[in-house]
Amino acid sequence: MKITRRHLLVLMPAAAVAWKFVLAGTPEASPNYQLTEHWWAMLMDLTKCIGCGSCVRACAQENDVPDGYYRTWVERYHVTDWKIERPQVESPDGAKQGFPANELSDGKNFFVPKLCNHCADSPCTQVCPVGATFISPDGVVLVDKNYCLGCRYCVQACPYGCRFINPKTMTAEKCTLCYHRITKGLTTACCEACPTGTRQLADLKNPKDPIHEFLKTHSVQILKPHMATGAKVFYNGMDGSVR
Amino acid sequence: MFKDIEHLIRLAVVMLIALIVFIVVRAHVVPRSFGQYGHYRGAALGEIASRPVALAGHEACETCHSDVADLKKQGKHVVVACEACHGAAANHADDPGSIKPAKLDTAILCARCHEANSAKPRGFPQVVTADHANGVACDTCHQPHRPKIDLQPETKGTKK
Repeated sequence: MKITRRHLLVLMPAAAVAWKFVLAGTPEASPNYQLTEHWWAMLMDLTKCIGCGSCVRACAQENDVPDGYYRTWVERYHVTDWKIERPQVESPDGAKQGFPANELSDGKNFFVPKLCNHCADSPCTQVCPVGATFISPDGVVLVDKNYCLGCRYCVQACPYGCRFINPKTMTAEKCTLCYHRITKGLTTACCEACPTGTRQLADLKNPKDPIHEFLKTHSVQILKPHMATGAKVFYNGMDGSVR
Repeated sequence: MFKDIEHLIRLAVVMLIALIVFIVVRAHVVPRSFGQYGHYRGAALGEIASRPVALAGHEACETCHSDVADLKKQGKHVVVACEACHGAAANHADDPGSIKPAKLDTAILCARCHEANSAKPRGFPQVVTADHANGVACDTCHQPHRPKIDLQPETKGTKK
């Protein structure tokens, strides 16, 4: 058959529709979820964090995180004027039981919750020798535990210290941004349990998400911007001493 | 043209067989969904997404406990989700009859948020529990779902 200009004009849009269908996948467990329609991030409003550790407990319950390991944790910073470049940072048991009453009265004190930054250009996924860790089409950094060798390259590569080797499975483990929840339309466990609204799950591809208005009207920062990781956890009201 | 072309043919045959073996083995070893979305197993997304949830979410709680939801709306704790204090309760939501969430100890729970700490934001209500309560349980005076103490008691529901 000879393909004429008319044929091509008809075929092109059809091919475009078909290609969009090929690109848009859905994870089997959530049939109504379109991978290409989301780009997940998180907003962390440090002006609200009270260091209660509800996020850490909720995360551990939701994801069976082994004791002594944390997919999210809360740090308390103690910064004094005369040693501003060397802040004291502590996080007893990842703040799972909150923080003990603070006897510190001098300097500046504040809490910083941390978790995987779900970087758009993540160093951890680039070093995996077998393709066991990856950035999903909706912007979540995940580990395929059935494919992971446990070689620990990714644990070393993460500049934020967000990965660990699960002592039972001996495979890399990290925050999944509660992928099993967000694909069902729920928020993450940590955002659900946060009593002050410090943590807010955000979908950057959803034009109705309040994150857009927040980012427009606030000066937010990411952790370690000089590393060009494309981190997607946005911190509002963050002190310059935070590492 | 070539004097010993037989050698080259033999070599070509060996290489062809090696290539076929490689292709066949690769087809068996590489998971089917590998490369579906990128250099990883596409099926992993579905496996990770199929994990059961542990926190039901406050919307699920409120379908049954609407009385508590209404009470919470009268006070500042309206922004605190149920499972922030009560813990993961998806199993209770699935089977409300037999699985009950554990009773809570207000002495520990209230203090986690409200114990005075210089790292907490200034406007957040904080107390030094030892001075404030002197060992008396928090819920003796405060109703946890609506913690503000009314000056005139028994006005529940009428006061805003």
